[in-house]
Amino acid sequence: MHSDLKYGKMNLMIQEKARIVEHQQIAPNYYKLTLLSHYISSNTLPGQFIEIRVCDFTVCPLLRRPFSIHGTNKDKKTIEILYEVVGLGTEVLTKHQIGQELDILGPLGNGFTIKKKGKIAILVSGGMGVAPLKALAEHIKAPARYVFMGCKKMDQVVCEKDFSKLGFEVQVATENGSAGKKGLVTDILNGFIDSAQPSELNEINIYACGPKAMLKAVSEIAQQKKLNCQISMEAYMACGIGACKGCAVKTTKGMKMVCKDGPVFPAQEIIWPI
Amino acid sequence: MADLSMEIAGLKLKNPVMVASGTFGHGEEYSELIDLRKLGAIVTKSITVSPREGNPPPRIVETPAGMLNSIGLENDGLKKFIEEHLPFLAKFKTPVIANIAGETQKEFEELASTLSKERQVKALEVNISCPNVEHGGMQFGCSPVGTEEVVRAVRAATDMPLIVKLSPNVTDITEIAKKAKDSGADVISLINTVMGMAIDAETRRPRINRIVAGLSGPAIKPIALRMVWQVAQSIKLPVIGIGGIMNARDALEFFIAGASAVQIGTANFVDTQASIKTIEGINEYLDRKGIKDIKGLIGTLNK
Ligand SMILES: Cc1cc2nc3c(=O)[nH]c(=O)nc-3n(C[C@H](O)[C@H](O)[C@H](O)COP(=O)(O)OP(=O)(O)OC[C@H]3O[C@@H](n4cnc5c(N)ncnc54)[C@H](O)[C@@H]3O)c2cc1C
Ligand SMILES: Cc1cc2nc3c(=O)[nH]c(=O)nc-3n(C[C@H](O)[C@H](O)[C@H](O)COP(=O)(O)O)c2cc1C
Ligand code: FES
Repeated sequence: MHSDLKYGKMNLMIQEKARIVEHQQIAPNYYKLTLLSHYISSNTLPGQFIEIRVCDFTVCPLLRRPFSIHGTNKDKKTIEILYEVVGLGTEVLTKHQIGQELDILGPLGNGFTIKKKGKIAILVSGGMGVAPLKALAEHIKAPARYVFMGCKKMDQVVCEKDFSKLGFEVQVATENGSAGKKGLVTDILNGFIDSAQPSELNEINIYACGPKAMLKAVSEIAQQKKLNCQISMEAYMACGIGACKGCAVKTTKGMKMVCKDGPVFPAQEIIWPI
Repeated sequence: MADLSMEIAGLKLKNPVMVASGTFGHGEEYSELIDLRKLGAIVTKSITVSPREGNPPPRIVETPAGMLNSIGLENDGLKKFIEEHLPFLAKFKTPVIANIAGETQKEFEELASTLSKERQVKALEVNISCPNVEHGGMQFGCSPVGTEEVVRAVRAATDMPLIVKLSPNVTDITEIAKKAKDSGADVISLINTVMGMAIDAETRRPRINRIVAGLSGPAIKPIALRMVWQVAQSIKLPVIGIGGIMNARDALEFFIAGASAVQIGTANFVDTQASIKTIEGINEYLDRKGIKDIKGLIGTLNK
C-alpha cells in the first residue's frame, strides 16, 4: 500500500490584512507579489489559493479575485503570488505598492494529491498555470521530474530557473516559436509519451494547470493512455469558500464547486466542455 | 450601547441584521470566519423539496458595482436540510429563517408544513422571486394571482412568522405587496435580484449560460431603497430591506426608508465581516445621534 499525501482541506481559512513586501513586474503584463502573512505562509498546501480584494474603498471592482499561491517562505512569513494583468481587477492590483496592505482570504480550496507511487512526475503548465505548479514542484520527490511549459511567446516564459533548481527538466513550447519548440505544450507531452517504454507509462503522474482548452487536451491524452492526471481548474468566483454555488463545474460525481471541492480535480472526473 | 433588539411579527431578534438567502449557504463555511452568534438571524439558501443540481456554468459574472448570478437554486433538498444543515445551525442559537422555494403550490405547502415542525426554525421566508428557474420562482411573484396562490397555501400550512420575499421585476411593487398581505403574509422582504444580462463582445456569447440572470450588489441599492420605501408607505406590515447593502451607512438608509430589519447579501462575498461590521456601525451611529433604540429610526425620512 502506498499512502499518497492527500492534501485535503485541513487548514482553516482566515481573512486578514497582509502587508506588501515586494511587488515587481517580471515580464510584460506579469507581476510577482509578495505578502506578509504569518498564518498562511505556514498553513498552505500546494495548489491552494487566496482571494484578494484588489481595492477596498470602492465597489468597482467589487468581488475578490482568486490567485494561486505561487510560493511560501516560512522563515520570512511570506507568500508569493504570480499574476497576469487581464482586466480591471488585475490592473488595479498593479497599482499597490510595497508597504501598503491588501485584504486577503485564504488559504482556500484543496491542493494537489502528491502521488507516492510512480517514478515520473510531469508538470504541464499553460500560461499563468505555472503559478501553482511551482509551489507544487517543491514537494515532488519522484526521481524523474519534468516541467512542460506552454506559452504564447518567449517573454512569457517564466520560472524556468526555479524549476531547474528543484531538479526538474524544463521543456518549453511557444505558439510563435520564439522560445523552445514551436507549437503547443501538448505536443511535448505527446512526444514524451510516444517515446516512453510501455513499462514507464505506469510510472507517470501528470499535474496540470492552465487554460481550459489545454486542460481538456491534457485530460484526453491522459485518459487515452490511462495515465494518472490531476488538473487545477479555473472558474469565475464570488465567495471563494463554497457558499454561493457560483463556481460550478460538471463532474462525473455531479456538480462540484471549483473553490471548495477543487480547484484540483482528478482529470477523468471533469465533464467537458465546461 | 443603543438597543438594537427587534421583534417582527413575533420573531425576536437581538439585532436587525440578517444574512440574505443564497449568499451564506447554510452557515457552515462562514462559521470558520465569523461568529454566527452575533447575527440577528440567518436566512438559509432556498430549500426545495428535492435536491437541485442548479444551472449549467458559467453562473456568475461581475458587472459594474454588482454581479449577475444564475445559480438555479442548487441545494441538497428538504430532507438533507433537516438532517444535516439544521442541526449545525442550531448550535449557534441564532434564529434560523428557512427560505423555501417550491415549483408548485403543493411543494410550497409541503416545505412549509415540514419545516414548521422544526423547533430551530423561527420563521419562513417564501421565495416567489427567483429569476433563475424554469418553474415556480418569479413566475409566482410577478403576478398578484400567483402571489396569492402561494401565500395562501403557505399560510394554511404554518403558524410561524411568514415572510414573503418579493421580486423587483414587476410594474407595481405595492400591488404585489398588498396581495401578499391580504393572503396572510406577516412580513415583506425585498428585493430579490433585478433581471439583467451581460455579453462578451469578443465572442458574442452571453456571459451567463442561461443568458438572463439576477443582478445584485451596490448597483441595485437605489432600486431596493425606493421599493422598500414604497411598500412601507403603502401597507402596514414590517418590511425587511435587501439589496446592495455593503455597510452600516447603507443599512441605515433602509431603516430610515421604513425597514424594520435588513439582510446582507453580496457584501458577504466582498468582506466576510460585512454583517458584523454593519451591526457595529449601526450601534455607533445611534450612539452618536443620541438615539436610544433602533426602532426610533424606522421610517423617519425627513421630507
Ligand atoms: C483557483 C484560481 C486560481 C487562479 N490563479 C491565478 C494566478 O495564480 N495568477 C493569475 O494571474 N490568475 C489566476 N487566476 C485567474 C484570475 O483570478 C483572473 O485572471 C482574475 O480574476 C481576472 O480579474 P480582472 O478583474 O483583471 O479581469 P476581469 O476584468 O474580471 O476579466 C478579464 C478577462 O479575464 C477573464 N477572467 C476573469 N476571471 C477569471 C477567472 N477566474 N478565470 C479565468 N478567466 C477569468 C474574463 O472572462 C475576462 O475575459 C486564478 C483563478 C482561479 C479560479
Ligand atoms: C449568488 C446568489 C444566490 C442567491 N440565491 C438566492 C436564493 O437561493 N433564494 C433567495 O431568495 N434569494 C437568493 N439570492 C438573492 C439575495 O438573497 C438578495 O435578495 C439579493 O442578492 C439582493 O441583495 P444583495 O444586493 O445584498 O446581494 C441570491 C443572490 C446571490 C448573489
Ligand atoms: S465561489 Fe462561491 S461557491 Fe465557489
